Amino acid sequence: MGRRLPVPEVNAGSMADIAFLLLIFFLVTTTIETDSGIDRKLPPPDDITEVTRKKKNVLSVLLDGKGQLLVQDQITALTDLRETVMAFLDNGGAPSDSSDHCAYCSGKELSSSSDNPLMATITMRSGRETEYGFYITVQNEVVAAYNTLRNREGQRLYGLDYTDMEIAYEASETTEAEKTLLRKQIMHLREMYPLNIIEPLQ
Amino acid sequence: MSKFNKHLEKKPQISTASLPDIVFMLLFFFMTVTVMKDDSLKVENELPNATEVKKLEKKDRVITIHVGRPTNEYSKVLGTESRIQLGDKFAKLSDVAPYVLGRLTHIPEQLHPYVTVALKVDRKANMGLVNDIKRELRQVGMLKINHTTYEGDAFTNLK
Repeated sequence: MGRRLPVPEVNAGSMADIAFLLLIFFLVTTTIETDSGIDRKLPPPDDITEVTRKKKNVLSVLLDGKGQLLVQDQITALTDLRETVMAFLDNGGAPSDSSDHCAYCSGKELSSSSDNPLMATITMRSGRETEYGFYITVQNEVVAAYNTLRNREGQRLYGLDYTDMEIAYEASETTEAEKTLLRKQIMHLREMYPLNIIEPLQ
Repeated sequence: MSKFNKHLEKKPQISTASLPDIVFMLLFFFMTVTVMKDDSLKVENELPNATEVKKLEKKDRVITIHVGRPTNEYSKVLGTESRIQLGDKFAKLSDVAPYVLGRLTHIPEQLHPYVTVALKVDRKANMGLVNDIKRELRQVGMLKINHTTYEGDAFTNLK
């Protein structure tokens, strides 16, 4: 039997180079995805049910092609929109002896504005020339108005912000029992201030 | 003098043996977080900012539609009017519904109620086209939509 030759060692010096190469490839191809936005649910296609609302229960918002915002046919600054929408939704104009009375509203109870949040409807019209960024800003302000009111009621009833409850509901560490409770509370807040936005399609 | 020289020879070397380990660690990190881009953009797509956003759920139930001006290399041929991009092609308005339904067949049946159409629309695009797309989606019953945005101050959209 001849002498055994020692097994030659594999040189691992270039391993780092290979790893670097792969690393740089993944660094370059990685994109941090933007995956958040404003959710909307469109009405069903054959939904042409006529909804009758008193004029005072409708807040008309018009976005024209020149970047002007008209609320109830008045030119309004974008920064005032949130306040205007909140005042409209939270008005609670129905008298306290009627069945439409809104017990949790803290608005001015003007008879010329909405009766209660359930009836308050916002119609949002936009021209063909309206810029999408402008539209999103207006949408954002309207949703912010709803969220502020829902947060207020969430704090009053459950000691939690509505938006925090929504995040907690989506979180993976929330248990089933907590989710069932959160779901009930979120649904209740949504019923108190339902998102009644109508976007007429021309 | 000789003593001094001896001292120099013993200069210790820094071991690079752990370098591959560190690099591999980084590599695995990037490998796991990487999402491969499935379509290259042919339209300008600077999304608007918004604050009241909701996170889009898992990617397997999202169908994306891009809208915007054609990028510089295409604008010479196609002009600067906003266009729809479906997958990696420019498309007409009438292609939206078939495309969305086609994509729907690739999504497992049990996820169909949760499918959302993400509208990635450039902030300079016109609402007319967006409303047209919404009408097309309504016609085929794709009612859950998401106006995809960046998170940020919404008032910067106007500039």
